[in-house]
Amino acid sequence: MSRLKIASPTRADIVMEGLYKDLERRIESSQPGLCPVDMARAFLELCYAQTCGKCVPCRIGLRQLEYLIQDVLDGKATMETLKLMEETALSIMDSADCAIGYEAANMVYKGLIGYRDDYVEHIKNGRCTCTTQQPVPCVSFCPAHVDIPGYIALVREGRYADAIRLIRKDNPFPTTCGFICDHPCEARCRRDMVDDAVNIRGLKRMAADFAGEVDPPECAPSTGKRVAIVGGGPGGLSAAYYLQLMGHQVTVYEMLPELGGMLRYGIPNYRLPKNRLEDDINAILKTGVQVKHGLKIGPDITIHELREQYDAVLISIGASADKKLGLENEDAEGVLSAVEFLRGVGKGEILDLTGKEVVVVGGGNVSMDAVRTAKRMGAKKVSILYRRRRYDMTALPAEVEGAIAEGIELQTLKAPASIDVGENHQIKGIYATPQMISLIKNGRASVKPTGEPDVYIPCDILIRAIGQDIETSHFEEAGIPVAHGKILTQNTGDFENMPGVFAGGDCASGPASAISAIAAAKVVAANIDEYLGYHHVISCDVEIPEANLEDRTPCGRVNMTEREACERICDFEGVENCMTENEAKQEASRCLRCDHFGYGIFKGGRNKIW
Amino acid sequence: MVNITIDGKKVQVRADMTIMEAAAQCGIPIPKLCYLKGINEIAACRVCVVELEGKEKLITSCNNVVQEGMVLYTNSPKVRRHRKKTVELILSQHDCLCATCPRSGNCSLQKIANDLNILEVPFKQTLEHQAWNKNFPFIKRSEKCIKCMRCVQICEKVQGLGIWDVEGTGSRTTVNVAGHKTIEEADCSLCGQCITHCPVGALTERDDTEKVWDAIEDNEKIVVAQVAPAVRTAWGEELGLPPGQATIGRILDALKRMGVDYVFDTVFSADLTIMEEANEFVERFTKGEFKDRPMFTSCCPGWIRFIKSQYPHLVRYLSTAKSPQQMFGAVMKTYYAEKLGVSPDKIFTVSVMPCVAKKGESEMELYYEEYAGHDVDAVITTRELVKMIRSAHIKPEGLRDIESDRPMQDGTGAGVIFGATGGVMEAALRTAYYVIKGKNAPADAFRAVRSLGFNANDGVQEAEFKIDDIMVRTAAVSGLGNTRKLLDKIERGEVQYDFVEVMACPGGCVGGGGQPIHDGEERAFDRGRQLYYLDVNTNLRYSHENRDVLAMYETYFEKPNSHKAHMLLHTEHEKKKMK
Repeated sequence: MSRLKIASPTRADIVMEGLYKDLERRIESSQPGLCPVDMARAFLELCYAQTCGKCVPCRIGLRQLEYLIQDVLDGKATMETLKLMEETALSIMDSADCAIGYEAANMVYKGLIGYRDDYVEHIKNGRCTCTTQQPVPCVSFCPAHVDIPGYIALVREGRYADAIRLIRKDNPFPTTCGFICDHPCEARCRRDMVDDAVNIRGLKRMAADFAGEVDPPECAPSTGKRVAIVGGGPGGLSAAYYLQLMGHQVTVYEMLPELGGMLRYGIPNYRLPKNRLEDDINAILKTGVQVKHGLKIGPDITIHELREQYDAVLISIGASADKKLGLENEDAEGVLSAVEFLRGVGKGEILDLTGKEVVVVGGGNVSMDAVRTAKRMGAKKVSILYRRRRYDMTALPAEVEGAIAEGIELQTLKAPASIDVGENHQIKGIYATPQMISLIKNGRASVKPTGEPDVYIPCDILIRAIGQDIETSHFEEAGIPVAHGKILTQNTGDFENMPGVFAGGDCASGPASAISAIAAAKVVAANIDEYLGYHHVISCDVEIPEANLEDRTPCGRVNMTEREACERICDFEGVENCMTENEAKQEASRCLRCDHFGYGIFKGGRNKIW
Repeated sequence: MVNITIDGKKVQVRADMTIMEAAAQCGIPIPKLCYLKGINEIAACRVCVVELEGKEKLITSCNNVVQEGMVLYTNSPKVRRHRKKTVELILSQHDCLCATCPRSGNCSLQKIANDLNILEVPFKQTLEHQAWNKNFPFIKRSEKCIKCMRCVQICEKVQGLGIWDVEGTGSRTTVNVAGHKTIEEADCSLCGQCITHCPVGALTERDDTEKVWDAIEDNEKIVVAQVAPAVRTAWGEELGLPPGQATIGRILDALKRMGVDYVFDTVFSADLTIMEEANEFVERFTKGEFKDRPMFTSCCPGWIRFIKSQYPHLVRYLSTAKSPQQMFGAVMKTYYAEKLGVSPDKIFTVSVMPCVAKKGESEMELYYEEYAGHDVDAVITTRELVKMIRSAHIKPEGLRDIESDRPMQDGTGAGVIFGATGGVMEAALRTAYYVIKGKNAPADAFRAVRSLGFNANDGVQEAEFKIDDIMVRTAAVSGLGNTRKLLDKIERGEVQYDFVEVMACPGGCVGGGGQPIHDGEERAFDRGRQLYYLDVNTNLRYSHENRDVLAMYETYFEKPNSHKAHMLLHTEHEKKKMK
């Protein structure tokens, strides 16, 4: 007789495991705008299917809650129903034996509090105010609403130049975004319901690499109107591009020697090679944008002067003032901000850090740029000092992985405590307080000190990368509303009491992505055009291929490959390799064409003009 | 051109054709339900699925184009199986009480279900119930709605109003009045295009036939009917009468046989409208009132509702002339009541209209007179007229061509063409020319305002006419979406006109929301041609030559735009006031 058996999963177990994964991906790619009450009902059904059936609150209570929600949805409920639901949920939360019960009830309870309005709307008016939004997830989630299914279809057919033309309708930085976009478009890609999100950024890069030089479209006849744009970053240049296409004459004021803003002076060459950034900038300049370098707003020229000289003024100065740690000795030699550090590199000032130890504080993308740049300058040891866990870092996971592969040390769960300086006020190291992960607050895990003594990390260079602000003083003087380190515009990009002045990009939104700045540029360009008394529209005459009718057989996602870490840290050349044509064709074929299939063909599938 | 194989037949078709169009070209009509060419190509009902060789998933034929080498099966066992299941699912959420449905016999769902030999539905039936005001001029029965989205699309894309929208999410997604409004609160024009494009009986006009039967039965009431020009072009379609036989005279005979006491042709009051409107135009034009904005016609109640809600500031440029329906109603309860020697409140006026908005118009407070109630007591659509004829078991082929009653018998070709886009303008110009010059232009001198085809040139027909040294710039537009575009151009100063005719329904009243329904067909242009044929073949082609109208002026109104005419034949519309 055998006493024990080796457990092996049944066929049903295996299939169920697969279905759980399917469901996980499905929930991840849920489109926004769904009725939260109906979703609560759906979750609850799943929850009570999970109950083991031992305990009363979970076995019976969850089912009863579901009946009550059903009543709400069927218009049979009263406010009493809501009260009963709340009491029942609380009772299950407090009396269920295990998490299957109390967590299920907690989900219902959170909804009763969090979207009570929706419950009340169903009860009082017998209707749901929700409607399906964002029929094409990628287009909706792209802040600039680039026609993603359109250009993917063009890449699939090898029509790369047309793809670039189509992208430029909404985003004049196709090459740049092909390299560094944080691709919010991929977050809810419906293909994830089948297997995995489409590699949208990779396909854009593909188009950019294979298109060759693509000229911008013809500008509309000159309107004779003149617009000044302060700041030549992605926002300012995008606005300049569209305003030129609309027939207005734009002059960009850029304080630095070259255009590009953070794209040139913030993002290192190995992520976005400067010659590729030039491709986008050159196309923008071909529309006839005039540029004045070396003038800084405030000291050199004021907003009021610009208002007098131009028909409209756009402020898009970005956010390049750094946030301070707030520690003593922060002014020591060797302590600098990531913005200054990276800007120097952008200007070609490559420091020799051979033999030096560098510590970078912060867990965002700028921090990753700083550490990987320091590594390329020959530093002996480069560390990231971060209060939370690696999991909590706001940098893109691929950036963190890239940094680790290049030999960067992660000093997580350590909060900067004090700066140690030596002779000549030169930094020698930093003390950090060990932290432990703690309760989840506002959806994010907080930290608290472990109580252990501070640790000492010696360093020659300390770089702050904990966020950016704008330099606000001049704007405040000019009467432009400023608060919390940004310019406060209306959602149309203008100001109540200052006709003809607009602002957009990081300086108005706070530090964000290039694509967000481009999106803001579209808004202000359109509104400046209206302000000047015109209704120009931006469109693109590229014909988009018909949707392919292939079966949607599950297929892996093509990810981008990178140069070997040991090789790439020796130079500042690009890290990421482009897809091959074969890979691109396969990847493009994975697109489900939500512009043609599903709700998109009914409403909101394609905006041909804006 | 591409080579494809459909149901085993090798054919060459244009490369830009949809599979459905290619199949139709080979004589294979693929069944469809939600599809409406150019308006609703959303592949929602899944009835038109076909099998593409080599592919597991069925594809819709309505919105996918042919590709070289495609081998397609429109009726394979798999297609039949799935199509049938889909229709069964639709039926599980459709109130299948066909016997009481006004669309029975003219229902696309009923036909498909019958064709697919669906004898029972294997699913639990769940019907949606939305509240609806049964007194509103048209009725939505959510129990019958199949969510094909055609109403949403026609209202937004063709009529530019967006009264309907999708509401809710998930499996509870439905169609309802947009913006969570009630239909009374919405800016609905009552054009009825959603009704004529509904594939089932979810949208219908309010039934007013019983009101008419009741009046006929009431011995105290004298029932007086009028029949609009466009009705004669379409009523025969449902009764199987060819255009030559489906005359106005036979409609009048049918009404008399039902028990209506006196019958008239609205063409008479169309001529009266022209007398008032053309004189008003010449007067206001000469005064320079239309330097900034043109004068707009006022006979289409859908348009009136549209301008009031969408362009309230332009309301003052409307002609003050009442529509022919309202003028006739007013005349029936005054001039004609006097002729009959009866009190106006004994008279029950009925109009037969190609229109749903006319029901709304007749109920407006503006048209309520102390002495006699509303000018028009009941409005029935062409479809309701046909129902009444059937209900009275009148054999259409046995009807005689009778004349309308005296003394409002004359009707000119100018009044007849009121039913087609451009017709009011052309009729008005014929008379305006006479008012200015004291003599007639040739009757066809103003034919440039006629439309060149259904929705040709986005429904807008522009023309300029020189009368002595005066240049009159005109435009006739039909369809409210087209109208919105034209008004925006006028507002931006991109175009200038002196006189603009607007009809809410594409093609004019002949394409009205009260006309017989032919799923997937637009018959407005062909029906309009019938009106132009009638115009050419009448002796009288100028409204100012209508002898009975002239006699009425002589004995009653004195002259166009007289004080009395203003009291009875004109009105002042107010901004935003829809009732």
